[in-house]
Amino acid sequence: MDQLDLTEPLAISGERLTVVRTPAAHDSAVKHVTGAAIYIDDIPTPAGTLHLAPGYAPIAAGRITGVDLEPAKAAPGVVAVLTAADIPGRNDVSPKQIGDDPLLVEERVMFYGQVVFVVVAATRDEARRAARLARFQTAPIMPAIDVDDAVVAATTVLPDYKFERGETDEELGRSPKQVSGEFRIGGQEHFYLEGQVALAIPGEDGDMFVHSSTQHPTEVQHVVAQVLGLRDNAVTVEVRRVGGGFGGKESQATQWAALAALAAAKTGCPCKLRLDRDDDMMMTGKRHDFRVDYAAGFSREGTLRSVDVTFSARCGHSEDLSLGVVDRTMFHADNAYYFPSVRILSRRMRTNTVSNTAFRGFGGPQGMLFAERMMDHIAYVTGRDPLDVRKTNLYGGVGRDRTPYGMRIEDNIVNDLVNDLERTSDYRARRAELAEFNETSPVLKKGIALTPVKFGISFTLTHLNQAGALVHLYRDGSISLNHGGTEMGQGLFVKVAQVVAEEFGVGLDQVKITATSTAKVPNAAQTAASVGTDLNAQAALAACTTIKDRLYGFIEEKWNVTRERVEFRDGKVLIGNRAVELAELATAAHVGRVQLSATGFYRTPKLSWDREKVSGRPFFYFAYGAACSEVTVDTMTGEMRLDRVDILHDVGKSLNPAIDIGQIEGGFVQGMGWLTTEELVWDSAGRLATHAPSTYKIPTASDVPADFRVALFESGGNREDAIYRSKAVGEPPLMLAISVFSAITDAIAGLKPAVMPRLDAPATPEAIMRAIRATSGGE
Amino acid sequence: MRHTIRFIRNNRLVELTDVPPTMMLLDYLRENEGATGTKEGCREGDCGACTVAIGRVSEGRLVYEPVNSCIALLGQVDGAEVVTVEDLAAADGALHPVQAAMVESHASQCGFCTPGFVMALFTLYQASEGPVSRGDVDDWIAGNLCRCTGYRPIVEAGLAACAGPRDDRFRTAAADMMGVLGFLSDEDDIFVGRDDRFFAAPASLEGLAALYQKHPDATIVAGATDVGLWITKQLRDLRKIIHVGRARGFDRIEDTGHELIIGAGATYAQVEPYVRAIDPDLGELFRRLGSKQVRAMGTVGGNVANGSPIGDTPPALIALAATVQLRRGRQVRTMPIEDFFISYGKQARAPGELVTAITVPRLGEEHIFRCLKVAKRFDQDISSVMGAFRFTVDGEGIVGEARLAFGGMATTPRRAPKAERELVGQQLRDSRAWARAFSALREDFTPIDDHRASARYRVETAHALLGKALIEAAGTASARTRVVGIREVEAHGSA
Repeated sequence: MDQLDLTEPLAISGERLTVVRTPAAHDSAVKHVTGAAIYIDDIPTPAGTLHLAPGYAPIAAGRITGVDLEPAKAAPGVVAVLTAADIPGRNDVSPKQIGDDPLLVEERVMFYGQVVFVVVAATRDEARRAARLARFQTAPIMPAIDVDDAVVAATTVLPDYKFERGETDEELGRSPKQVSGEFRIGGQEHFYLEGQVALAIPGEDGDMFVHSSTQHPTEVQHVVAQVLGLRDNAVTVEVRRVGGGFGGKESQATQWAALAALAAAKTGCPCKLRLDRDDDMMMTGKRHDFRVDYAAGFSREGTLRSVDVTFSARCGHSEDLSLGVVDRTMFHADNAYYFPSVRILSRRMRTNTVSNTAFRGFGGPQGMLFAERMMDHIAYVTGRDPLDVRKTNLYGGVGRDRTPYGMRIEDNIVNDLVNDLERTSDYRARRAELAEFNETSPVLKKGIALTPVKFGISFTLTHLNQAGALVHLYRDGSISLNHGGTEMGQGLFVKVAQVVAEEFGVGLDQVKITATSTAKVPNAAQTAASVGTDLNAQAALAACTTIKDRLYGFIEEKWNVTRERVEFRDGKVLIGNRAVELAELATAAHVGRVQLSATGFYRTPKLSWDREKVSGRPFFYFAYGAACSEVTVDTMTGEMRLDRVDILHDVGKSLNPAIDIGQIEGGFVQGMGWLTTEELVWDSAGRLATHAPSTYKIPTASDVPADFRVALFESGGNREDAIYRSKAVGEPPLMLAISVFSAITDAIAGLKPAVMPRLDAPATPEAIMRAIRATSGGE
Repeated sequence: MRHTIRFIRNNRLVELTDVPPTMMLLDYLRENEGATGTKEGCREGDCGACTVAIGRVSEGRLVYEPVNSCIALLGQVDGAEVVTVEDLAAADGALHPVQAAMVESHASQCGFCTPGFVMALFTLYQASEGPVSRGDVDDWIAGNLCRCTGYRPIVEAGLAACAGPRDDRFRTAAADMMGVLGFLSDEDDIFVGRDDRFFAAPASLEGLAALYQKHPDATIVAGATDVGLWITKQLRDLRKIIHVGRARGFDRIEDTGHELIIGAGATYAQVEPYVRAIDPDLGELFRRLGSKQVRAMGTVGGNVANGSPIGDTPPALIALAATVQLRRGRQVRTMPIEDFFISYGKQARAPGELVTAITVPRLGEEHIFRCLKVAKRFDQDISSVMGAFRFTVDGEGIVGEARLAFGGMATTPRRAPKAERELVGQQLRDSRAWARAFSALREDFTPIDDHRASARYRVETAHALLGKALIEAAGTASARTRVVGIREVEAHGSA
């Protein structure tokens, strides 16, 4: 496998950077490999810590008419069994506090596995055993499990929402050629390796200190306060590191923290709740699964004229983040293609299943998968190479730069990027070889696909695009860094530390990265939407600038040297002709009564999105990429092997190429899992059958091809003024994996000309066999 | 009789008297020792975050095997050295070559799975000399899930760490450690607890059979890769546990030249080279069964004795006409393995009766064997459908016997008698006979829908697997019929 040469700095010409743009290791790398990195379950617990286990509803819909908790209360080690009646404040853990997601069910059950009570016991084992002893009396009703059930029942969590431009229906009718179709997109379990966990420690005056594995400490703080009937200032939430989030701990880490805090408040003892993996998978939301219905009209060559698509999402039982998630599906239904006339309708279906939530890509992947399937569909019915159809429809050219939601694309590089990858991946020659292979291979068939990604960067809920930071310079020249972002493996902490080290001209070892805490930086947005670095590094930079401005003033006063002649580099401060240690300057400034601590704040410029009017600019910029995947499909069993992947991805000018490549590769493989082996199965009673890694299969090492070539797209950097002209990289690469799905489609399409294989995601061996049957048998 | 569990941790002897029979190794490490470097990801042996290395002396060498500590009973590590992620770096903080390579390759992101990968790669480092292949690394970490990195940098780290000489401090001190473990090794039966609640590990087969006859309500544990989950997931309160791993000779593997006798205590890892020598498909079946961690602990005997409808070895054993040996007290009996599986969860095993050995006839010149497994994921997944086929063919190409065995098609692994009848007496290459066998196969089984596959897919895949076996038996190279487990190249297993 090819490895990118990370030794060459990727500087913009004229830059003199020493820390930024270097492939610095993850700040915790050594701690990770020695077992010294502390996760919440590793924190030595105070004496007397109690342990929690949830007890859950054994029906998917209906009412609990009675529950006998006596056996649980009488079980060994049990200290308390708490129910909704024990909640002093609001019984609501919904992110918007709209009352549709109870901490503990009072009567009405909305999904199988919804938490009804929590056992507090001396040990985790005792709590878990006791939690199984409750006896329920229930009055079940018929649940709506999947999207189709919910469409029939006409239940939604939010009103339908639409983007529309032009005369969609008329243009469809006027188009020389049309296609229409329907397909399903499966959900995805986050499978963060560290399950949901929280440790709540009661303090004086009823205060509560909560260690929570969350991407959103501020929300945990607020919800805990609401549940306990406290003000926000009585609750502190701290997060040093999250053992994997991927969106699964954006809104849905809250409930577990709130339960731990409730128990701590009730018992006066520290309380820990760590979900067992099976409970975690049953009780926490997943990526939304979809039914997609579409029609497209296009020219004989396959150039789109009109697109009509309806996305029906399984949202689960409550709203959670489904507004933003499904909006983002709509924002990405165009992927990188220009739709002259278009109608994009979304329906947010309410089902009696766990409430689906954020997951890397936040709805975008589902929208994009539609766009790519439509491209494949057009290609197979016109007989053109799918790559040619894609290139025909890419944004670019006169008047072809406006998205279905009205935003103009000002930073389009997708044409160059796709052309580059087409060349470096040797797409055309391989396409020919593959056709030859398929000619002479009756059982095994190969397919290839090259698909682009264009992903909008910014929270589409505009007010979330803000961040704060807190930087201290100590007298010994060491620096303490804090900001509102959470570290969950994505390398946020090291990237922000690189920016701070660069500002003070010191090495990374001088910057202490400190745990995210609501007591240090308040009112922070969740670490999500790929913008953790964009926001928090800018805020940290602002804090550094404030401190440096004060130091410049002090220097001018003390040494009479203006700031133009002052430079922070190599651990020193060059003041005119004099070089002093940063420690020396800090000490002198302290003696001169200069404040060496500052907060920094950042808000993303240029944003103006009006959801009601469907107008404005929801995104600061776009991140681009493309991937080419080649697969072999066994047409007898539906088994599939990914043989080679080539990726070209745009990260602007990278802050840290090693971290960025890690995000690209990891995102791709996670996306590949979503579209191939990862299948969620609920039975007709609403019970999740795939609730552990024994039954839910994320990729393993051997699923990743040995031939995996990843390169960063050479560009002049982000055209917008993002931090050091870099680009966000957390989510966009996940969607590169759509190339795998299209390559599978391509392999099946080879079985019969002019037929679009009806392949649903995930493409398990069974789904592939279904598609093969439908294609060759015309089913 | 010894009433303690003892093992080596960080060059110190740990000797415990008061061990609950269901105490798991992971809980002991994290809660009793406060060694929190080892993580719990799933508590069912499927994610590898809890991997530790267990060192034992085997055939005159110190061997470190990767073990899922979440489903290993503490009593199972008696007599061994237990190495965790905290133990690898030197006292001065210098990283172990595996750790250094992981850092160098940027192989950790969230870091939660990392200790498990480090320990899995540590055991690869110890098990090999000189460079290893990508296939070796993939195999060694197939039981470790990472959700962040996409594995490429972890594989690179494994290759890099194993590129150089093996000169870590564990190698340097191996002779001393073998001495220590030799000193620990005794011939005593272990019995910790009371008569109504105990962990026992008899040192002999006689002692084992006698104790089980006395306590037919005890749970027999070999690798605990299944029983471990009864404890961690079903929260069953197993009061009496008899561990077979200490019984001398119980793990013996004997190759008589015409048959392979597998002691019921032999692990998959021990058996793997022997079955690979019978047929490459068997080697591949074992390679894909569970993970290195599971194969280091789990046994073929346990897979059979538990009678799981999805157990992956029974269809192959049935097709190979294996027999199972049972023992109760001093009474020994033998039966064809296909008769052992009666119905779902029910086997022909009397209370207090042990599975002691499985005998597998080797393949002769007259045999053609194929074994094929379909699952959602290639590695470390339970099959949706599994087919194993042995055709006995004479010099004229006539099928004398056809043994077609399937897993995932019924409540027990079993043969397809109707399809077999359509092939016997026919030319192996006669595609009309194939067609009749395919139709008959649909009458042989009425499988169910579940989360692994639908009934329809199972039926079609059973047909496909038999078809594949016949196409290959008729001479097509498996490179043209399969995407995994190609027989013509031995891609795996060099380390």
